[in-house]
Amino acid sequence: MINPTYILQAKNLTKIYGENVIFQDVSLDVHKGETIVIIGPSGTGKSTLLRCLNLLTPLNSGQIFLEGQEITAQGVDADQVRQKIGMVFQNFLLFNHLTALGNVMIGLTKVKKMPTEKARQKALYELERVGLLDRADHYPAQLSGGQQQRVAIARALAMDPLVMLFDEPTSALDPELIGEVLGVMEQLAREHMTMLVVTHEMGFAREVADRIIFMEKGRIVEQGSPEDLFERPQHARTREFLGKISELYGKKAK
Amino acid sequence: MVSQFFSYILQGTSVTVAVTLVALPLGLLIGLLLALFYNYGGFWVSRLAAVYSLVMRGVPPIALLFILYFLLSGRLINLSPFWAGSISLGIISSAYQMEILRGALQAVGEGQMTAARAVGMSRLQAIRYIIIPQAIRLAIPPWSNEASIVLKDSSLVYALGVPEILRRAQQLSATTQQPFLAFGAAALIYFILVFLVNRGLDLLAEKTKLPSATA
Ligand SMILES: Nc1ncnc2c1ncn2[C@@H]1O[C@H](COP(=O)(O)OP(=O)(O)O)[C@@H](O)[C@H]1O
Ligand SMILES: [Mg+2]
Repeated sequence: MINPTYILQAKNLTKIYGENVIFQDVSLDVHKGETIVIIGPSGTGKSTLLRCLNLLTPLNSGQIFLEGQEITAQGVDADQVRQKIGMVFQNFLLFNHLTALGNVMIGLTKVKKMPTEKARQKALYELERVGLLDRADHYPAQLSGGQQQRVAIARALAMDPLVMLFDEPTSALDPELIGEVLGVMEQLAREHMTMLVVTHEMGFAREVADRIIFMEKGRIVEQGSPEDLFERPQHARTREFLGKISELYGKKAK
Repeated sequence: MVSQFFSYILQGTSVTVAVTLVALPLGLLIGLLLALFYNYGGFWVSRLAAVYSLVMRGVPPIALLFILYFLLSGRLINLSPFWAGSISLGIISSAYQMEILRGALQAVGEGQMTAARAVGMSRLQAIRYIIIPQAIRLAIPPWSNEASIVLKDSSLVYALGVPEILRRAQQLSATTQQPFLAFGAAALIYFILVFLVNRGLDLLAEKTKLPSATA
């Protein structure tokens, strides 16, 4: 039976590209309101995992359950599933021909078929949530990277998702712009939004995450609370990775 | 005398404009469909579009025009020379417009499709609301070039006896023995039409241009 306390559950996910096994038998249980940070070396399959979770990329095998419903079952409308799972990308991917407001509205008007005025109000509310009400009529090219990413978060939030997936949301940002995006994410965590965050920001992981998952070569090596992982890592590979990451990012984070 | 002369050729202008107004939108419609097939269709659909483009662009327009003309005003379908000629020109142009639009669709980038799917849009919705509006903007400058080519190539229907500018110039040249004046007037009219079309599309490009860098 599916445990209803899990909002998202992945069972034995396997993804293969050609001859390359990207990940194998990955299982994951996400509680409602939980913030999970996924860390691991690049090329490990973190992005592919997130893309599989909201059905942007087909799996080779395994099952995914959202609120107890299997979304990998035959005949499930993937477009409807994606409405309920928000996604934020490393390179923002705002719709270039739309203003910030337009970016947040379009999913409401075209996907949810919400009346324009209602959609506008909702979009303005979401922009306010990320602190960008005053940039509503700016086009992506007129916004800084940090602002673009916050609009992207608002765009995803507008759909009232059950879960938010973040794929290295600050990796493409200049250091001075990282804070504003992490700030918005921290606020979401406080509001008990369920979040899966792939990031190298160890400060964020330590402060905000309920659980940290260390992935390597397509496998979950270790997972636990930030204290457990940072203070008492069980595996040598975890220790090594954390050592390397703090060398690389440690100075920047402070 | 000169004004009469000129007005006779000028009457062909409406025919030239009409041929273009049939051929260009028809070519745009077919070209857009083919470009979408090429970019988003499966393997075979995409191959088919590519072969269509290759063949259509590899044959002189006048040869295609005759072939299509005899198909369109033959026993099965029997269109007037004007319609058969205009539709044929549209079909010829569709291959070139397909190439323009295919490039523009590709230039929009895979990420825009991914982001659109991520908010729950279907492929079709993403193409319609996200990809095409951006691709059209990118396509305007090369499309402006194709528009002037179609405008000039509309003179090919002359070979089917449609009384457009060039045919009238030819007739005048024969009857008045003033070839320089006749063809000169025709050339001037073509030039003005092409100029207007290009200016119009430049303005459209300017109007729909997205703001760039931060002010
Ligand atoms: N569309 C694809 N086709 C083939 N291989 C891919 C594709 N996408 C990702 N990969 C491969 O999958 C592996 C994992 O990539 P990714 O999920 O991006 O890792 P991470 O996000 O952890 O850096 C990489 O080796 C990458 O080359
Ligand atoms: Mg990645």
